[in-house]
Amino acid sequence: MNFQAAITIYKFEMARFRRTIFQSLVAPIITTSLYFVVFGAAIGSKIETINGVSYGSFIVPGLIMLYLMTESINNAAFGIYFPKFVGSIFEVLSAPVSSVEATIGYVGAAASKSTIIGLMIFLTSNLFVTHDIKYPLIMAVFIILTAVTFSLFGFIIGIWAQNWEKLSIIPTLLVTPLVFLGGSFYSIDMLPEFWQKVSLLNPVFYLISGFRWSFFGTSEIPIHLSIIAIVSFMTICLAIIAIIFKTGYRLRT
Amino acid sequence: MKSLISIQNVSKAFGKHKALNNVSLEIEKGEIFALLGPNGAGKTTLISAICGLCRQSSGDITVNSFNTVTHYKDTRNQIGLVPQELPLDGFESVYNSCQFSRGLFGLKDNRNHIENILKALSLFDKRDEQIFGLSGGMKRRLLIAKALAHEPKILFLDEPTAGVDVSLRRDIWKLIEDQKKIGVTIILTTHYIEEAEQLADRVGIINSGEIILVKEKNSLMSEFSKKTTFIRLSKQLQDHSFVKKNKNISVVENGMALKLIGINSESNELQVLVNLLSQKGIGFTEINTVDNSLEDIFLDLVKAK
Repeated sequence: MNFQAAITIYKFEMARFRRTIFQSLVAPIITTSLYFVVFGAAIGSKIETINGVSYGSFIVPGLIMLYLMTESINNAAFGIYFPKFVGSIFEVLSAPVSSVEATIGYVGAAASKSTIIGLMIFLTSNLFVTHDIKYPLIMAVFIILTAVTFSLFGFIIGIWAQNWEKLSIIPTLLVTPLVFLGGSFYSIDMLPEFWQKVSLLNPVFYLISGFRWSFFGTSEIPIHLSIIAIVSFMTICLAIIAIIFKTGYRLRT
Repeated sequence: MKSLISIQNVSKAFGKHKALNNVSLEIEKGEIFALLGPNGAGKTTLISAICGLCRQSSGDITVNSFNTVTHYKDTRNQIGLVPQELPLDGFESVYNSCQFSRGLFGLKDNRNHIENILKALSLFDKRDEQIFGLSGGMKRRLLIAKALAHEPKILFLDEPTAGVDVSLRRDIWKLIEDQKKIGVTIILTTHYIEEAEQLADRVGIINSGEIILVKEKNSLMSEFSKKTTFIRLSKQLQDHSFVKKNKNISVVENGMALKLIGINSESNELQVLVNLLSQKGIGFTEINTVDNSLEDIFLDLVKAK
């Protein structure tokens, strides 16, 4: 096992994160603050508590999940797409680096970046609302599982994409709507019955719901369904990546 | 002795196009092997197959007895690759970029080694600068530095001096020769035949995905070389009839000179020609014989194919 190669890729990608620290970190924090001002203070003051939780606190897990998923996808997709775009991917492909090592490097870095962003958003939220976390360990597990799984998904998108438009099309047209409609800012109990059933078809709903459970100990669905959803998605992503490396799809000619 | 790189019946097809057609080639340890061929001949595809950037459709490649597919880590560990294009992450610094290359091969940072390479390639002063700011020639040198960062035993140079000035080209040639001196095996593709003539121990010519010829450079030069002799005349030649009978002789410079191809200055044929000119009252001011270059030989072989 060439651990050094995985570490090298990881460090290289984290260096990119440091170079763009303002864009990477400050921008999500400012946007989150705006969310709290608009949803938490302005609109939230008009909304009653949801399952005994104030609206401002209720949206914290949803906001963290929103950034965790989108940033994981964007970072991982860009991390592998950019060297493909400029051609420098030849270095990794001609080096003694296995698919596992390359995936650990790229996905590990993307997941680390999005986890840092997620934690920064959590810290920012403490400036606006106060809340106790009921199950901090489960919360940490959820953050890591989500960051890794959506980074794997982003890694697949980055390999699949052949231009910048394709790189952003899935995050923009699929993931963001799913996250917004997955209960980031509301409980599905607030929806009409028909839309409650439609929401159950949204896989992201299970993740947000499970993550919210770790905060407040209550959620719309049992916690084990959330765990099954995230682990299933991770397994699918790992299987696709294994096939990509085995066939050399869009990496080797 | 077993070859360092053994390529056996390798073919590679892109759809219906056969980029490599049953190529077999042996590369010996410690040599500089120049692979020559016109654009699209299959040079880069062959290098890519050896280095793992593309997968051959059939055939086997071994590096130091390790198969490039089944033991890819063992083969790639030994190889440094300088690609034809300039594929670099422009946001990274020169030093970090070299360190990244080294790390991919499982080696920890070795500041001394990387700095020595950067010094040898006149990039040391630029070590902390972003790659974006480098000139084309510097980027070319950086690619060489990156390929040498993990101390490879085999170095592939795909058009290493394309687009660089004469002075830098000489520097890169020296670096290649220095690498050879420390035992590195070098495989070079180039459009500059002069480069192969200067550096190579052996030359392979590839065209349309097939190896046409592999020979030691010196024996190739002597076997295929043709001498060209110019005879500058004392006055203009009016009657060309005796010249037209011989296809190896042509009248040039508006009748003031003759060009003889493949005829030695000491040969009887030349003596006869001089006598004929003498009978017509034409003397000569200069006889000059030159050997044709590897470039001429290369063009003849590719055309013949």
